[in-house]
Amino acid sequence: MGIISRGFSGRRTPTDIKLPPGQYLTTDFPVLSAGPTPHVPLEKWEFVIDDGKNVLQRWDWKSFRNLPSETFTVDLHCVTRWSMLSTSWEGVSLDTLLADTKADASYTLVRSYGDYTTNLPLKDLLNKQAWIAFRYDGQDLPPEHGGPARLLVPHLYLWKSAKWVRGMTLMNEDKPGFWEGLGYHIYGDPWREQRYSGDR
Amino acid sequence: MWRVGTVVALHDETATARTITLEVRDWPGHVAGQHVDVRLTAPDGYSAVRSYSIASPPNSEGLVKITVERLPNGEVSPYLTQEVIVGDRLELRGPIGGWFVWRSQQTEPVQLVAGGSGIVPLMAMIRSRSSVGSKAPFRLLYSVREPGAVYYRDELEALSAQDCSLVVTYAYTRAAPKNWPRAPGRIDAAMIAGTAWPANLASTCYICGPTPFVESVAELLTASGNDRDNIRTERFGPTGDRK
Repeated sequence: MGIISRGFSGRRTPTDIKLPPGQYLTTDFPVLSAGPTPHVPLEKWEFVIDDGKNVLQRWDWKSFRNLPSETFTVDLHCVTRWSMLSTSWEGVSLDTLLADTKADASYTLVRSYGDYTTNLPLKDLLNKQAWIAFRYDGQDLPPEHGGPARLLVPHLYLWKSAKWVRGMTLMNEDKPGFWEGLGYHIYGDPWREQRYSGDR
Repeated sequence: MWRVGTVVALHDETATARTITLEVRDWPGHVAGQHVDVRLTAPDGYSAVRSYSIASPPNSEGLVKITVERLPNGEVSPYLTQEVIVGDRLELRGPIGGWFVWRSQQTEPVQLVAGGSGIVPLMAMIRSRSSVGSKAPFRLLYSVREPGAVYYRDELEALSAQDCSLVVTYAYTRAAPKNWPRAPGRIDAAMIAGTAWPANLASTCYICGPTPFVESVAELLTASGNDRDNIRTERFGPTGDRK
């Protein structure tokens, strides 16, 4: 336990709500990003899966939206310590996007319009754990929250859920993305409080 | 790793904002623009942590200043702005962040745009520039509601008075001082055209403030010809508590 802060009692989250350590509850949806918001016209949008050498899969907006989509409700945990519960989304599961991809890879680097990147183990994107989401709360996803489409991997800190996704590279070895190269944790599990590099 | 900082000075910047100077014995040093996590702990072990931008320049004395804006329904900011006294010990972790930073080796023109308490990390950059005697040309465009909401006014005036390559422009959004040449209003294209570096100088732009402010200014800067790769942003949401 840390040093007691004289006279501090705090404002607790109700005890029936279970949040990851060090998080607090919010009901609005803060925006965090490192640069200007890209505005990607749908007719130019594409999502590409490659293995670093060859393009393995490519969708334009129309073919992407023709894939079967799902609605899902998940909790979000941001490394800046806010958590938002029961957010509702619609998107295409990564299980669907990766179904026909045969690659001997363990890691991925997800790429965004605006040149953001983030790395994830491939297994964290499979088995109903990750989506490319295009609707939030019944509406088309607004640009500041990652529209037209963003990755959503709710079991990891939200910086892993790259906004404005344009593709992913399958890799044999892990390679840090944007924030992972700037002091943030390589994996980012909120329940183990893996915020910064050096956290176990 | 959590470090202990002892409060050695307090200074009210405005009616709602206070600068806390902490002496941190084992501080590893920081770069202008980085932030720290501050942890408060209640007697029963409950703790709350928030991030605050560092206001002080890199220094060798282990001094870390943060300026905290009191949020009406905040959990941590009311304590930091009203309860803390000199001699108290606070726990902090950091410095954190390697993107929204200005390093003293940078020599290119810099455009800073602050919205409200978003001035804090930008002030660290201005102080850092001044403390190393950098000649990098800086311009600050500082948007505030009203004259009473300006942080660091005297210091900004003193620094810009003695150094013609630091230019400070205020944009008052609700109420301006008497005889102010511009009617109160948000930063717009005309103001960017009139006060920011021309886009052909390829300045590095740092924008910090509330999300709608950052969105709007980033759009104006790209629309006026700035390369989006030269624009770095730091935002805080309505409950972000990140000042």
